[in-house]
Amino acid sequence: MALLEIEDLEVEFPNRHGTLTALRGINFTLDESERLGIVGESGAGKSMAAFAILNLISEPGRISKGRIVFEGRDLAKLDEEEIRAIRGDRISMIFQDPMMTLNPVLTVGVQMIETLKAHRDISDEDARKLALARLREVQIPSPEARLDAYPHELSGGLRQRVVIAIALLSDPAIIIADEPTTALDVTIQAEVLALLLALCRDHATALILITHDLAVVSQITERIIVMYAGSIVEAGATRQIIDTPQHPYTIGLIAALPEQNAPGQPLNQIRGSMPSLNNIPPGCAFAPRCDYATDICHRIVPNLTTAHGQSVACHHAGQLQPQESVRDTERAVS
Amino acid sequence: MKAADFISFLLRRGVQALVVMFVISLIGFSIQGNLGDPLRELVGQSVSEAERNALRDRMGLNDPFFVQYSRFLGNAVQGDLGNSYFFKRPALDVILDKFPATFELVLAATLIIIGLSVPLGIYTAINPHSWITSIVMAVSIVGISIPVFLTAIFAIYIFSVQLGWMPSFGRGDTVELPWGWDSGFLTLDGLHHLILPSIALSSIMLPLFIRLIRGEMMEVLQSEYVRFAWAKGLSKRRIWYVHALKNTLIPVISLGGVKIGTLIAYTILTETVFQWPGMGFLFLEAVNRVDTPLIIAYIIVVGLIFVVTNTLVDLIYTLVNPTVKMVGSGS
Ligand SMILES: Nc1ncnc2c1ncn2[C@@H]1O[C@H](COP(=O)(O)OP(=O)(O)O)[C@@H](O)[C@H]1O
Ligand SMILES: [Mg+2]
Repeated sequence: MALLEIEDLEVEFPNRHGTLTALRGINFTLDESERLGIVGESGAGKSMAAFAILNLISEPGRISKGRIVFEGRDLAKLDEEEIRAIRGDRISMIFQDPMMTLNPVLTVGVQMIETLKAHRDISDEDARKLALARLREVQIPSPEARLDAYPHELSGGLRQRVVIAIALLSDPAIIIADEPTTALDVTIQAEVLALLLALCRDHATALILITHDLAVVSQITERIIVMYAGSIVEAGATRQIIDTPQHPYTIGLIAALPEQNAPGQPLNQIRGSMPSLNNIPPGCAFAPRCDYATDICHRIVPNLTTAHGQSVACHHAGQLQPQESVRDTERAVS
Repeated sequence: MKAADFISFLLRRGVQALVVMFVISLIGFSIQGNLGDPLRELVGQSVSEAERNALRDRMGLNDPFFVQYSRFLGNAVQGDLGNSYFFKRPALDVILDKFPATFELVLAATLIIIGLSVPLGIYTAINPHSWITSIVMAVSIVGISIPVFLTAIFAIYIFSVQLGWMPSFGRGDTVELPWGWDSGFLTLDGLHHLILPSIALSSIMLPLFIRLIRGEMMEVLQSEYVRFAWAKGLSKRRIWYVHALKNTLIPVISLGGVKIGTLIAYTILTETVFQWPGMGFLFLEAVNRVDTPLIIAYIIVVGLIFVVTNTLVDLIYTLVNPTVKMVGSGS
């Protein structure tokens, strides 16, 4: 059985005009020590999906449907204390902007030790030792001194390493990393990603890596989920998705990678922009931007169907001509 | 914080305080020239013009502005702000005699403000949908718009006149402490007399503080680091009372400190309504009697209190906020 099984997850935000459905029909599984990527443009619902797993959707949003089965229990149905015991212990998160993630008025040491103490009976001394060991693992120089430092005394890269160390404290089964390098300096992004990958391998930790950068997931994850306007439009093994993308949206994302475009030429962006959630068109949400859209696409929402382990939500799946330069893509992203 | 940083902070604040006091002394001095003729207060109408002029010369009132002002400043620095016309005693002594009464009133009001606004601010931020929150917010809106003397008069009418539970004026019994400090904190009667005036005085700032703390706390609760604290699996208590509260109170200290300073100004009204024998009551009497030296002494003492509280508040702010460095914390 998979470590984590998400079945037909739906998240709603009630508002003045009715209900806004932020996520619908989310289905996926994650195996032990598997690395899964979630990609999609900003606003697709990637963070929402991540927060939903730990029941951390902020008010008035709520999980309105579906199951989140982890180690045999439905996380959506746990009471406050039960889900608290899982957060940061069995499933940890890494947030996007390390400048905002750490509490500015508490030292690094306090923020690490409190996490340990929230989940087990441990002496200050032992907690400090374990925190130090984790800081060493994430390769923070002079970790003893950092324990007593405040976040503002550390660089962005170091802060994200601290956040990773916190996520790792209890040796969780799953780490959910929501755009962990997006806010970092370009020069250290690769370093932090490599570190994250190495740590997940060493600890046999499963990873859900959320990013809007297809190139990043293709280097790190074994499987990819592509999200669009609150739904999954394509899912499959990383190689499959990169080599033979089926959904026009995925095809467009790959064509837009900088590596796909000749230097000096304008990027091959998908035309138009993602609809806002309160304004999703009938039929396929991507249809208005799609070069292959036909009549049916504008009327009927396509189901996610699976063939050869690759799932696609497109009326024309399998009928599309492979794009001109799929082989170039392979070279570019690997 | 390093010792050198600390000394440099004190030096900077010391210089700032001096500048402020200098300006206040200028204001005090110019009042002296503009509020009536000191000679008339001293000698009355029956003295001839020649005698008056001689007296003016002797008192230095015909000297150039700069000479007069430096004499005023020189005396002021030595604690000599002239004699009160009415009390025929050094004005500073008259004021300082009344200082304990005002200090204890402001202290009691401050304790009430802190003791109520912190828990209420936290509660209303954490439970935005509770009916208690609705009531607190509604009452505080009304509270903000009622002038303090109305609150005070209503309080006296209900609790003193109608119910007879509370004394309506004065400080009651006080105890003499060292340095001539008479305290009402140490007798039951003194505390009894303190209740209505301190509640009336605190009612000015209480709604503002509740709203300030609630607003700040709600903003902090939306922050990424609080979200991360939830994701770490911390308990509600730890998130609310450590992660959120610390970040809430730091800005409240600096803003609130200044507001508490302005309570001093409101004591004039409160003390007058309750005939509280403090500096504010004395000041209003001095204004009525055009007792210029006393008015000036009051302004300078209150200015000094203001400067000292602000410096203290800044110091506390700097000590509790790890993200502020001492040097450059400037204003
Ligand atoms: N509190 C909220 N109320 C209503 N809609 C929200 C709220 N928070 C986020 N959303 C919407 O949910 C969608 C998904 O957001 P998010 O998960 O942050 O996207 P991503 O992480 O893929 O960039 C966005 O369209 C956003 O506007
Ligand atoms: Mg996001």
